[in-house]
Amino acid sequence: MIAIPARVRGQRVRLVLIVLCGLALSMSCLPAQPPHKRGVSKKTATAQAVVSSSGERKFQENCSRCHTAPEQLSPRITRTIVLHMRVRASLSAEDAQDILHYLSP
Amino acid sequence: MALCVSSMLWLLSVRASVAQNTPIVSGGVGFLDSTNTGINFFQPVVAPLVVVPIGRHLLAESRFDFREVYAPEGGKNGPYKGTFFKSTQYLQLDYIAASHLTLTVGRFLTPFGTYNERLSAIWMQNFQDAPLIFPIGTRTTGSSDGAMVRGVLVSKPEVQVNYIGYFSAFSSVPQFESARAAGDRIDVYFPGKRVEVGTSYARFLQGTRNNSFGTDFWWQPWRAPLQVRSEYAHGAHAQGYWLEGTYRLSQWRGADNFIGRLEPLFRIQQVFRNSPGPGDSLPAADTKQVDLGLVYHLPQEVRFTTSYSRKLSATGNANIWDMAITYRFLLPMWRGGQ
Repeated sequence: MIAIPARVRGQRVRLVLIVLCGLALSMSCLPAQPPHKRGVSKKTATAQAVVSSSGERKFQENCSRCHTAPEQLSPRITRTIVLHMRVRASLSAEDAQDILHYLSP
Repeated sequence: MALCVSSMLWLLSVRASVAQNTPIVSGGVGFLDSTNTGINFFQPVVAPLVVVPIGRHLLAESRFDFREVYAPEGGKNGPYKGTFFKSTQYLQLDYIAASHLTLTVGRFLTPFGTYNERLSAIWMQNFQDAPLIFPIGTRTTGSSDGAMVRGVLVSKPEVQVNYIGYFSAFSSVPQFESARAAGDRIDVYFPGKRVEVGTSYARFLQGTRNNSFGTDFWWQPWRAPLQVRSEYAHGAHAQGYWLEGTYRLSQWRGADNFIGRLEPLFRIQQVFRNSPGPGDSLPAADTKQVDLGLVYHLPQEVRFTTSYSRKLSATGNANIWDMAITYRFLLPMWRGGQ
């Protein structure tokens, strides 16, 4: 068995990573999913987008400060997520309720 | 008839309410590569997060981190050897007692500053390495075993005041190591301006007792996808700061095109060593570091991040090159009806 020097192996790992990223990059140039499957991301892509509801505004005031909205969100888990974020972000009950209505209208 | 209709509506609302409470499995998987002073490391990481609501007021949640770190043995040219690391970052039970009060028991992320609680997850962090001052206030593991109270004191459209207080016991149980400590955090947030100013305090209560103070400032203007985050922390033997700016290029043609998915990053940080602090995990000498990076936000919650850092220190300068690809997942724990 031929021993491969560590430096070469490190370079190979980086090469694989770059190829993977290149593939992912090219996938990103494919057409996006239809809007009806996109969940909430269209609504919250950037903070400067038009804010149409109290829940959306509260989402952007609180949640969007650390992360974007999940691209796809099953309605079965929205309350669980809002409870989780209520604890993490110290949301009041009212704010949590508004965000829940926004995520799961 | 009316009774029948109202009963059906009630049943439907209960069903919908229950259905939204499905436990979730979330988290991130990633592949990280780093070259520090010419030595290459790579690490596959899985960081699952589980959230289980129990009734209307209780929530069990946990986050773990499993990673294998591959590094060359005996310097730069030895064969790669992997070492497995696992950690329980939090495993806590939350009781949402009132609109403005939540009680937490178990193992939780030590709430000092903003980085540990908000940005340490692999699917959120912009730079692979935590800020140099991260160990101040979060010793010894970044997690605490004990109890915490938290909530929002004032919640108005123009201002929010959040508070956290905690106590942690000493533990040397594997996966649950923590220090005996107590602390608090108060932050004032102005939603109209998206500006936050916070302060943190921690008292280390084992061995040589000492205090750590911190303050942080975040600004994320509504008009631009700009994020400015910064922290200053002062510990027993060192003090320092970090300032990070990110700007997502989504203003030209939206966030979903090639340019709009790019997010350049910049971070500057400095640590000033006041006195030797063996075992405090801070740089041994005054250190300056500049980090330049780029995030590419791919569809389906995949992020590709790359960065270059230049570290200047009396103990030796270094170039650090990082690359990572991470995927954030979010799933119901089980399948079921809508």
